[in-house]
Amino acid sequence: MISLKNISKKFSTKQGTIVAVEEVNLDIKKGEIFGIIGYSGAGKSTLIRLLNGLEKPTSGEIIVNNEDITKINEVKLRQVRQKVSMIFQHFNLLWSRTVEENIAFPLEIAGIPPAQRSQRVKELIDLVGLEGRGHYYPSQLSGGQKQRVGIARALANRPEVLLCDEATSALDPETTDSILDLLVSINAKLGLTIVLITHEMQVIQKICGRVAVMEKGHVVEEGNVLDVFQNPQQTITKRFVSQVSDSNKALQTIQQLKELYPNGKLIKLVFVGEQAVQPILSRLIKQFDLEVNIVQGNISHTQTGAFGTLILQLEGEALLIDDAIRYIHEQKVNTEVINND
Amino acid sequence: MINNLFPNVDWPKMWEATVETLYMTAVSTILTAIIGLVLGLLLFLTSPHQAWANKLANWLTGAFVNIFRSIPFIILIILLIPLTKFLVGTMRGPNAAFPALVIGAAPFYARMVLIALREIDKGVLEAAKSMGAKTSTIIWKVLMPESMPALVSGITVTAISLVGYTAMAGIIGAGGLGTLAFLDGFQRGRTDVTLVATVLILIMVFIIQWIGDVITTKIDKR
Repeated sequence: MISLKNISKKFSTKQGTIVAVEEVNLDIKKGEIFGIIGYSGAGKSTLIRLLNGLEKPTSGEIIVNNEDITKINEVKLRQVRQKVSMIFQHFNLLWSRTVEENIAFPLEIAGIPPAQRSQRVKELIDLVGLEGRGHYYPSQLSGGQKQRVGIARALANRPEVLLCDEATSALDPETTDSILDLLVSINAKLGLTIVLITHEMQVIQKICGRVAVMEKGHVVEEGNVLDVFQNPQQTITKRFVSQVSDSNKALQTIQQLKELYPNGKLIKLVFVGEQAVQPILSRLIKQFDLEVNIVQGNISHTQTGAFGTLILQLEGEALLIDDAIRYIHEQKVNTEVINND
Repeated sequence: MINNLFPNVDWPKMWEATVETLYMTAVSTILTAIIGLVLGLLLFLTSPHQAWANKLANWLTGAFVNIFRSIPFIILIILLIPLTKFLVGTMRGPNAAFPALVIGAAPFYARMVLIALREIDKGVLEAAKSMGAKTSTIIWKVLMPESMPALVSGITVTAISLVGYTAMAGIIGAGGLGTLAFLDGFQRGRTDVTLVATVLILIMVFIIQWIGDVITTKIDKR
């Protein structure tokens, strides 16, 4: 659907050349929800704007729907943009237009006659759950409702790709969830490809199938969300994963745990997907003559499966404990011994 | 009663002068709005990162606007006498005032248009572009409506300045309340004529301001 080949984007400023995106290669498949995560300044905003030609790359190819959009003229690019639409962090609605008129705007641009326009606007208002709000002005809506208008507007011309530029970053957690649910449902209903950028791992965890991690203009890690959660390679990725798995909080208490449980060993298990539902714990207790204490645990759900961590205290003979850890390893559960005493 | 208070006021003449002032203000405001909008849009669209970004065009438009905005109006009138004679064919009557009024006021309004356009959220322009809008669509459906309250309050201020300019245009024999107050009132020492003309101009200014405020409030949905 979308493929980036050796994409670089440099900006020349008075202070010198800034490299926003460097040698990025990405393939985004039709119908998937692809997330790009990075801190501000990582180049993700520039990257997403390359996908609809709002920014032109310094070098490289951008193939959208079998067409290299870096090589086409303005007229064709405008047609492409009707099929690759975008929603924004700050919604970017026209304050001078009502909800209906805002949603009708892209239809006016596409030259749809008024009768069909109002029919389509009605459908879209129903789709995003804004019934009865058609005549409101944006200033009369909440943030979540504004983003729903933004989504309806973006879907007006039946696009094939939806680009989300930090679409939930200005919303509170509850509204974020409802907007993410809406995105998942339109992805399923309309088979739309969604590319989103964010700095929040929760967003990736909740709705993305695949993720790319960006740092200083480079894509430093890429893969299925579940794999990345299970086995983050880069320091920055580990930091993002810990946003969700809360291991930061856990680490703070590990000192206390060591004091609270001076005997035996503390081990951390990381479960992913299938294993998260296997009864590893009960088998462990049955097979080994050990005291097993659950010290801490949590589980997070992603689009492709569950992801969880569990901290256990194992008490008993040292040899038995080693055997038990080996057993857990054999179950392909990622294990980490926290204290070695 | 009223004739005792203002013994020298020739009311039909005063009314005629009022109508002339209104006519000059109205026509010159409309022309100023059109030319000022075009100039302001040019200034905006030729500035860096905009649709028609062009340093030379931006510099030329900016220079034109700045030069004509800086010339004192009374001098501009005199400088424009040849142009006026060429365009209108005469130096007498309200129509003769238009070239000076419009060339004096349009650059002033163009600056206000530029400020109004710069106030528009960049994100909204980006959104319109991302939907595949042409520059003409962006001008008519984004730039103009999104800056309309500022454009209206700008033209209100400009119209009020134009009322003042019409009075000065009396020098070239344009007619209206300014001429009446100056020739019949001041030069003949008839203070009551000057007073009535002033009051009428004040009322006109208040009404223009009021209309501007009402429209601005009505269209501003932010």
